[in-house]
Amino acid sequence: MATFTLSIVDWLILAIYFAFILGLGYYLKRFTKSQEDYFLAGRKNSAWVAGIAFLSANLGALELLGMTGNTYKYGMYVAHFYWVGAVPAMLFLGLYMMPFYYSSRIHSVPGYLKLRFDERTRVLNGIAFGVMTLLVSGINLYAMALVLRTFLGWDWNVSIIVSAATVAFYVTLSGLMSAIFTEIIQFFLIWFGLFLVTILGIVEVGGVDQVLKNIPASFGTLWSTSGDASQNGMEITWAGIVLGLGFVLSFGYWTTDFLVVQRAFSAKNLRAARMTPIIASFPKMAVPVIVVLTGLVALVLAKTPGSGFALLQDGGKINYDSTLPLLIMRYYPHGLVGLGVSALLAGFMAGQAGNISAFNTVWTYDVYRAIINKNASDANLMWVGRISTVVGVCLSVVTAYWAMGFPSIMDYMQAIFSWVNAPLFATMLLGMFVVWITPAGAFWGLLVGMGTSITMFLAVKFQWIDPARITLSSAASDMAVNFWRAWWAWLVCFVTTIIISLFTKKKPREELIGLVKGLTPETARDGIPFMKRPEFYAILSAIVLVILNVYFW
Amino acid sequence: MKPIWYFVGLFLTVTGLVVLASGIYDLINPPVEKTVLANLHAGVWWGGIILLSGLLFYVVNRKKTVE
Repeated sequence: MATFTLSIVDWLILAIYFAFILGLGYYLKRFTKSQEDYFLAGRKNSAWVAGIAFLSANLGALELLGMTGNTYKYGMYVAHFYWVGAVPAMLFLGLYMMPFYYSSRIHSVPGYLKLRFDERTRVLNGIAFGVMTLLVSGINLYAMALVLRTFLGWDWNVSIIVSAATVAFYVTLSGLMSAIFTEIIQFFLIWFGLFLVTILGIVEVGGVDQVLKNIPASFGTLWSTSGDASQNGMEITWAGIVLGLGFVLSFGYWTTDFLVVQRAFSAKNLRAARMTPIIASFPKMAVPVIVVLTGLVALVLAKTPGSGFALLQDGGKINYDSTLPLLIMRYYPHGLVGLGVSALLAGFMAGQAGNISAFNTVWTYDVYRAIINKNASDANLMWVGRISTVVGVCLSVVTAYWAMGFPSIMDYMQAIFSWVNAPLFATMLLGMFVVWITPAGAFWGLLVGMGTSITMFLAVKFQWIDPARITLSSAASDMAVNFWRAWWAWLVCFVTTIIISLFTKKKPREELIGLVKGLTPETARDGIPFMKRPEFYAILSAIVLVILNVYFW
Repeated sequence: MKPIWYFVGLFLTVTGLVVLASGIYDLINPPVEKTVLANLHAGVWWGGIILLSGLLFYVVNRKKTVE
């Protein structure tokens, strides 16, 4: 197949990108003086900085490539991941959960579990999160090397080592602060580097109307074909979308995954922390302009005789992830190719940096200080944070090479989230809003919930049970099974936690002040006008969400 | 320290300048192998948009410092 040929201008743009992020890491080191600076970027960020970083930590290249390809495969249903599958959870985090997180001055999400429940629940979640983060980081690294080899012909080892070393350099030097700075650069790079593909694609096809006219009818709707799973490309009903994606997976990810929540912890005050996910919800709703529209353009081009556009084939299977790189290759001249490749690289590297900065914090506070050295000094914690960054990057590299030997583990990315985040959301929800939930209930509920998710995954993989029993529908795509598995894991954790809490010892109420609704003073409004409050922006965001869903019904 | 928006401005300015220059070069010396829609000269106007955005961020934030 044809590969990108990088000209000297393209290399120059790549060099500028690397020089900037390495230079930023070095520049920020002088401002990283305490553990608060290193792990929480000094808690000085404005809502806008934290908000864009919050979104960027999630906007990895793997997601951009995967979702553009998924749109080609499933149609506009992919927009659910960005709208109903994200925005309600982001607003809920900002409005209701952030006051408990931020006001308790914790360093990590497992830190909340320690305050609300006990040490064992914190350590269980800390270890599960650490393993998940390194797996995701390694798979991300592997995916990047795969893309660079396929489209640029670059060597595996060079791609993996150069990007891992770059991330290790700037995160080790200045921690979360450099991760956030590079995430914001990445945000702009992705928009300027990839939005042009959408524009040129629409111009070639003849307008958005022509795009929608030339795709199968069910590919251009969001809900109208969701009554019957066999009538839409994703083979899922509205119940699966709402319960699995919209509720459990989405709330589980956006409200409990420390990778994104850590960005809100870096905000300068409670109002900025609450605004962080609410601000992020606006650009989140705009991301389908790149991924969904581009995927649909690719679908139209592939169906147009003589367009010369066709996705790659790997061993007779269509490689859907090739959609975006092939369109870049189709439209971008030299110079812009360098910009597009930098945008993809930035997406991969920022995703890895986000995982590593979350890993080093959880490892340092929720494993090292909780189990190994309870009286660690400020300097010692920073030292451990730096060491765990390097070790985390090295383990990611090992995972990447492991993934190279078993390429199918890429398919397990969604599954990994449902193992850890889905049950954790039940624990958090009960912990924050129900006073009588006990530490024993939380620990065993979480353990049983995680076990349920992993067991269901294995049961489907090794064909011990029919996937239709999980999805409650005869048509069951892999995506539908993921959504429904997350729902069952959440439900099992939720019910188990409640039942065990009924029979076990409760924490004294005075220890729960500031951690549970009903025992916490309402958020102070102190005369802030309504139009400056998080509630106002959340209402605006919800209105936009409703309009988009109704328009594309 | 300088705010992140200052660095965003600097980065977009430098990158936009390179893309614009490359687009103008292609306009004057059209490449033999053309991409689809090469006649739109995307490098010129897109590079210009990046450059202007970068300059805006840079000018607004060049004298600002944050804690």
